[in-house]
Amino acid sequence: MSRDLQMRVWRGDATGGGFVDYTVPVEEGEVVLDAVHRLQATQAGDLAVRWNCKAGKCGSCSAEINGLPRLMCMTRLSSFDPGETITITPMRTFPVIRDLVTDVSFNFEKAREVPAFAPATDNAGGKFRMAQIDVERSQEFRKCIECFLCQNTCHVIRDHDENKPAFAGPRFFIRYAELDMHPLDTQDRQKMTQEDEGLGLCNITKCCTDVCPEHIKITDNAIIPMKERVVDRKYDPVLFLGSKIGLRRDSGRTVVGPAVKRGGPSPIKHPATTVEGDASDAEVD
Amino acid sequence: MTESSGARSATSTGARSATSTGARSAHETHDYDVVVVGAGGSGLRAAIAAHEAGARTAILTKSLLGKAHTVMAEGGIAAAMGNVWPEDNWQVHFRDTMRGGKMLNNWRMAQIHAQEAPDRVWELEEWGALFDRTKEGKISQRDFGGHRYARLAHVGDRTGLEMIRTLQQRAVDLGIDVYMECTVTRLLKSGDRIAGTFGYWRETGSFIQLNAPAVILATGGIGKSFKVTSNSWEYTGDGHALALEAGGSLINMEFVQFHPTGMVWPLSVRGLLITESVRGEGGVLRNSDGKRFMFDYISDYFKAETADTEEEADRWYDDHINNRRPPELLPRDEVARAINSEIKAGRGSPHGGVYLDIATRRSAADIHKRLPSMYHQFKELADVDITKEPMEVAPTAHYVMGGVEVDADTQAATVPGLYAVGEASGGMHGSNRLGGNSLSDLIVFGKRAGEHAAEYAAKQSTRPTASSAAVEDAIAAALKPFESNGGENAYAVQHELQDVMFDLIGIIRTGEEMQRALTEIEKFKGRAARVTVDGGRAYNPGWHVALDINSMLTVSEAVARAALERKESRGGHTRDDYPMTDPEWGKVNLIVTQTDGRIAIERKPLPQMPNDLMSLFEEPAK
Repeated sequence: MSRDLQMRVWRGDATGGGFVDYTVPVEEGEVVLDAVHRLQATQAGDLAVRWNCKAGKCGSCSAEINGLPRLMCMTRLSSFDPGETITITPMRTFPVIRDLVTDVSFNFEKAREVPAFAPATDNAGGKFRMAQIDVERSQEFRKCIECFLCQNTCHVIRDHDENKPAFAGPRFFIRYAELDMHPLDTQDRQKMTQEDEGLGLCNITKCCTDVCPEHIKITDNAIIPMKERVVDRKYDPVLFLGSKIGLRRDSGRTVVGPAVKRGGPSPIKHPATTVEGDASDAEVD
Repeated sequence: MTESSGARSATSTGARSATSTGARSAHETHDYDVVVVGAGGSGLRAAIAAHEAGARTAILTKSLLGKAHTVMAEGGIAAAMGNVWPEDNWQVHFRDTMRGGKMLNNWRMAQIHAQEAPDRVWELEEWGALFDRTKEGKISQRDFGGHRYARLAHVGDRTGLEMIRTLQQRAVDLGIDVYMECTVTRLLKSGDRIAGTFGYWRETGSFIQLNAPAVILATGGIGKSFKVTSNSWEYTGDGHALALEAGGSLINMEFVQFHPTGMVWPLSVRGLLITESVRGEGGVLRNSDGKRFMFDYISDYFKAETADTEEEADRWYDDHINNRRPPELLPRDEVARAINSEIKAGRGSPHGGVYLDIATRRSAADIHKRLPSMYHQFKELADVDITKEPMEVAPTAHYVMGGVEVDADTQAATVPGLYAVGEASGGMHGSNRLGGNSLSDLIVFGKRAGEHAAEYAAKQSTRPTASSAAVEDAIAAALKPFESNGGENAYAVQHELQDVMFDLIGIIRTGEEMQRALTEIEKFKGRAARVTVDGGRAYNPGWHVALDINSMLTVSEAVARAALERKESRGGHTRDDYPMTDPEWGKVNLIVTQTDGRIAIERKPLPQMPNDLMSLFEEPAK
């Protein structure tokens, strides 16, 4: 059952790197992460890779496999031709830390800007009543495992670092959609999603939906409905007039802006020092 | 949003990057009141509570925020809200929990847990968790093993993800400081008191010291010491080992839960969890003859409350009052032993498991709705469509009942300033944990630990300070694998230890095998000391494993020694040479301590349950 797998793995760090070729014995039924682990245990003890559950539930082992953004733990070796070389590179949209590990703190900073769920305060202690059908729309978005593959593949930021400050990305558009569709929330984040988080930059190519390992319909169920609501409010003359003369309030929710200002001190900490003279000694070609 | 009365940590915590004089390398230090080690459900809940109590709080986690093992919890959170069965209440939950743990649980913890779980679940909902609903719009509750009524609040079969995301979003909203991908290698002390944590950033390999009078260990379990496990790489028993090393004690370490249903095929996913919800939703276990074998394994202890015909068992799903529960929903220790026996008797499946069948019991639509992750997991990893075919399953190391010995009300360990919570703490679950009682444990005791740690920190008139010698020692220990030229491979030692623990201290144990395991563990200790690491300090998993092995060896020895000492079978401790449950052993806990690296075991009488609670066990069981 065992066979030899040819692998090309990107090794390096922020200062540079390149591909290293390996031959790894693999077994029937294994996934790419199994091959990477065997490589670590037998040939490349210092190969940096991030992983946790190895079950597609935590979203840690994101990488690009033969150019496609995938979870290494959910990519079966049997999905490739037996003789095919498997090439693994780190996610391209985020800065490389080392080998297959990237600095995904962009996402944790965007998360801070989300104004939290805010229910009416007189509703506490088990008194919430919501119909299953009304929570299901938001539940779809809460399936997100934060693998950040959608962020990685989104061309608004994939090769455009300059867009990053003004663009939250698909992962957070589904978060805003989730709160927008929560039956008991009291805040209106539509304006900020458009103006501060860059919803308008998305031109609905659905790349994010294609790579989502949870099969969340990011574009169809979150982004497009939000874009439609924004357009309705802005351009529908009846809604516009109604809101101006006080006849119609869209949602009864309070309009809010980002929860934190960009660029301030962050509670998400990073190493203050580095280790002198420490460099990867992996041989690269 | 709750604003804390104390200073907000983000701005007030000076990143005073001190340098320890004469040290080999400068490292950063930061000052806090409460440091939480671990960012799973219990760690996040503890940090939120400590922050809300006004403490300057930091969370340290070995992984990224939101990736902790809590995401793997599937079935639900046990809480007697009575949304589905109004007959349910905390007394029934308390009783189920104690009986599930074969009465070895710390009664006070089991009581607090049953009483406070509903409030903690409702609080999650107020923070944005979206549970599945009943027809009346309340939080839906599902059946699980050992619970008399449908009691588990759930979101499909991804409840743990919902919990961790909710707590993570709450912690971020509160602005609590988070140090991601940081591993703690030592607890620092000043005299008897805790003084902080020492560890390294995985990203750079540089060291980081957090000075704090109170430290909460929320590091999870020890499953990575076993070859077949549902646990992730993080579960190396760090908190257990750190507490022992700092002078604390562990309790109930002989009790390891083997979840009855782990995947067996392909080998790559062996041990991966299949939620108990499959059985809660109607799934049954069959052997290679197609026989629903659990009826052959109903112990006397649960006979009165368990159905003895398939007809009664099947009626129970719709009518809990007039029927007894199916034997597939006995507590996990009972089901795991039964599966093990069927496999050993030669009635297993081709890949060495038994069959778990939901396909013939529920419609495909129901399975998609109620068990979406399981469908996805089998389809993508095993090419099995669970709406059409049975799953092959076998027991997998899942949870350690044992943990840091703590005070029931405050979660304080025996070392002043040290707290432990969740799987890292012990006592709550006795000899066997009921499914669903882990997620509730995390939030009930997380809140308590955070509040009490904050209160303790505020009461200290002087800040404890670790000696520079202790810090130097911690640095030397962490760098040792780079300086050794013993040539041992860290990964190889880790894999061999996992084989030994699973084969010799697994689901069925004997004195002779455990002795052999202890001999092997001694050899592994020698090899661990000779591990050599390639490469540098920046994000070097080989180095991380080399350090993790030390914790794994400590907890493995603790499990082996406690298991050898307890000469009976009970809950998650089954001995072929002592197959019976012994009432005398039902009166004692085993306590593990460590002095100068040597582990010692002592017996300690169980705390006495008050009469009003005792009376709950007098009514006839059903």
